[in-house]
Amino acid sequence: MTTTTAPLADAPPDPAPVPAALKRAARRRRSVPYLLLLAGVAWLLVFFVAPMVYQASTSVQTGSLDTGFKVTWHFATYWNALTEYWPHFVRSLVYSGIATVLCLAIGYPLAYTIAFRAGRWRNLLLILVIAPFFTSFLIRTLAWETILADQSPVVSFLNRVHLLDVTTWLGVTEGHRVMATPLAVVCGLTYNFLPFMILPLYTSLERVDGRLHEAAGDLYATPFTTFRKVTFPLSMPGVVAGTLLTFIPASGDYINAELLGSTNQKMIGNVIQSQFLRVLDYPTAAALSFILMAVILAIVTLYIRKAGTEELV
Amino acid sequence: MEQYEPLTPPQRAATLRSMTNGRGALARRSLLRAGALGAVATAGLTGCGIPAAGRTGSSTTSTDHSATEKVVDFSNWTEYIDVTDDGKHRPTLEAFTKRTGIKVNYTEDINDNVEFFGKIKPQLSAGQDTGRDLMVLTDWLAGRMIRLGWVQQLDSANLPHAYANLAQRFRSPDWDPGRAYSYPWQGIATCIAYNKKATGGRKVTSVSQLLDDTSLKGRVAMLSEMRDTIGMTLLDMGRRPENVTDDTFDAALARIQKAVDSQQIRKFTGNEYTDGLSKGDIAACVAWAGDLVQLRIDDPDIEYVFPDAGFLFSTDNLLIPNKARHKTNAERLIDYYYEPAIAAQVSAYINYVCPVAGVQPYLAKIDKSLADNPLIVPDAAMDAKAHEFRSLSQDEDTRYEEKFSKLIGA
Repeated sequence: MTTTTAPLADAPPDPAPVPAALKRAARRRRSVPYLLLLAGVAWLLVFFVAPMVYQASTSVQTGSLDTGFKVTWHFATYWNALTEYWPHFVRSLVYSGIATVLCLAIGYPLAYTIAFRAGRWRNLLLILVIAPFFTSFLIRTLAWETILADQSPVVSFLNRVHLLDVTTWLGVTEGHRVMATPLAVVCGLTYNFLPFMILPLYTSLERVDGRLHEAAGDLYATPFTTFRKVTFPLSMPGVVAGTLLTFIPASGDYINAELLGSTNQKMIGNVIQSQFLRVLDYPTAAALSFILMAVILAIVTLYIRKAGTEELV
Repeated sequence: MEQYEPLTPPQRAATLRSMTNGRGALARRSLLRAGALGAVATAGLTGCGIPAAGRTGSSTTSTDHSATEKVVDFSNWTEYIDVTDDGKHRPTLEAFTKRTGIKVNYTEDINDNVEFFGKIKPQLSAGQDTGRDLMVLTDWLAGRMIRLGWVQQLDSANLPHAYANLAQRFRSPDWDPGRAYSYPWQGIATCIAYNKKATGGRKVTSVSQLLDDTSLKGRVAMLSEMRDTIGMTLLDMGRRPENVTDDTFDAALARIQKAVDSQQIRKFTGNEYTDGLSKGDIAACVAWAGDLVQLRIDDPDIEYVFPDAGFLFSTDNLLIPNKARHKTNAERLIDYYYEPAIAAQVSAYINYVCPVAGVQPYLAKIDKSLADNPLIVPDAAMDAKAHEFRSLSQDEDTRYEEKFSKLIGA
């Protein structure tokens, strides 16, 4: 900034005059990172900062479709939204939390097998993990309507072995059906976000050096101890990344609750959608979005602190 | 309980130091910077108000390019026009192009009224062209569009057939008296549908039965369109949707809420109820009669009934949005579909209530049974049972939708 002014009094004396060309090159080198950042920063400004500011503004406005909305700093919207819809927040977090745990329980053994045991099948298995992404999210979820239909073989089987009596007793299904119950929504979430868990798990497991397992064995560690003390800690970055990539989008999801759930399974995403499109109460919709963002941010921060994986932050 | 220990002098000194020096210091400069940032943020947030959605002085009409550009952009709902068996051609649209030389860009991009409104709202409220010359919206939304001043008045000089042939019952809805802005595309009769196999041969004939019959528990669906579901329930309770009040609305809502709480109702659906109904997941539901005709072709177990208490009748309407580039072309297309011969072709294919008078002889030419089908041309008995939902003020609209949203869970 001050290249043309006289050197400051306390600046260290120049050791030797630097040729102008070299100076220019140095300056150019210094500006390269900023130029490289330009596209990313512009992207963030247009698609993240601008909508955030717009939504923040909307959340403190009052008005109606016919009269227009004006900023009146009506912060009570936040409080009203929270007191009115806190059950939906809790439900969203519980459903996505359970789905995340299920994803981890299903995804970890799978990623472990692909990384260490699959041999030449590894690429094929990875493709199979990603394959569902070739169809749309909506179609995949609709397919579950058929799989879990009341008369479907799956549900008939579950009824025959009386498993649905147990789940109904637990309160996650109703009567002899799976569709339009909490179980269906959680299953849908688990299925739809499973690849987001498997892929990060796989990449971090794949990097674990196989010789460490041998070394652990040489030191008389049982396979279980090896897993507990060597493999699992080394895969922690994958576990954290996977759980975040599953939990965050799952808690804002509304498709699964809409298609597989009923009135008592609606999540916060459904409320936001309905406030925005049906009721046309834009301030409440915006406030709910911000509350959801804040809640997720708080949970994620706590989680990362607890999990202690500095590589991620 | 233990008291907090006061800070020791060195601790206090350290705290003070950390607040005045170093990175966390509350120096004047950073306070100023924070203040300035706050001011900018405040200005930014305040500047973002959403203007009144209605007409704001600027002109809504557009230069009509109809004479030079021989096209019309037409947005409609899915499966709402005649198609050849191979699915490649739309005979009536192609005949229109052949006759007039106007190419029709037909898009099936409307799936849901509220969603479509969300989609076109930004352009229309900013006074911009939506890229559409003609769109089909259900009456309550059509009424809102007219109230907001987002659609153009039609030029009756371009609509001779439409003016002459519009059936009497469609002529003057309370949201568009005299049809200055809109013409119906099709009429929709709301009915009760059931799957005989799923009900075990039992007939379902009233909304009361949907809400109370325990043999249907957990297998009943209602529509997520507020007016259809509330309207049918009001009729069942002996009330008229034509003069719904806050009290009768709340009473209908409470009646349905009871069925939701007792888990009688499985879910509230849009068009997708057809899927559940044919699978048998939904044993009985509130439905749209036009869909049922199609469904029954594939599955004769599916039946429909118009309750004795009456049924709700609504319309889907053709509208020309503001700033449309080809208004005259769009009007010619509307008029074309009011020629009875053309209307008969569409009705023979989609089986909704035809708004064109004098269509029967042409229907009979296509298929004798069509002309006597009360679903396409309602007979006197059916006409007597049809009721319409009164158009709501903006305030009522918001309040009712909010209450109904809570009922359906979100």
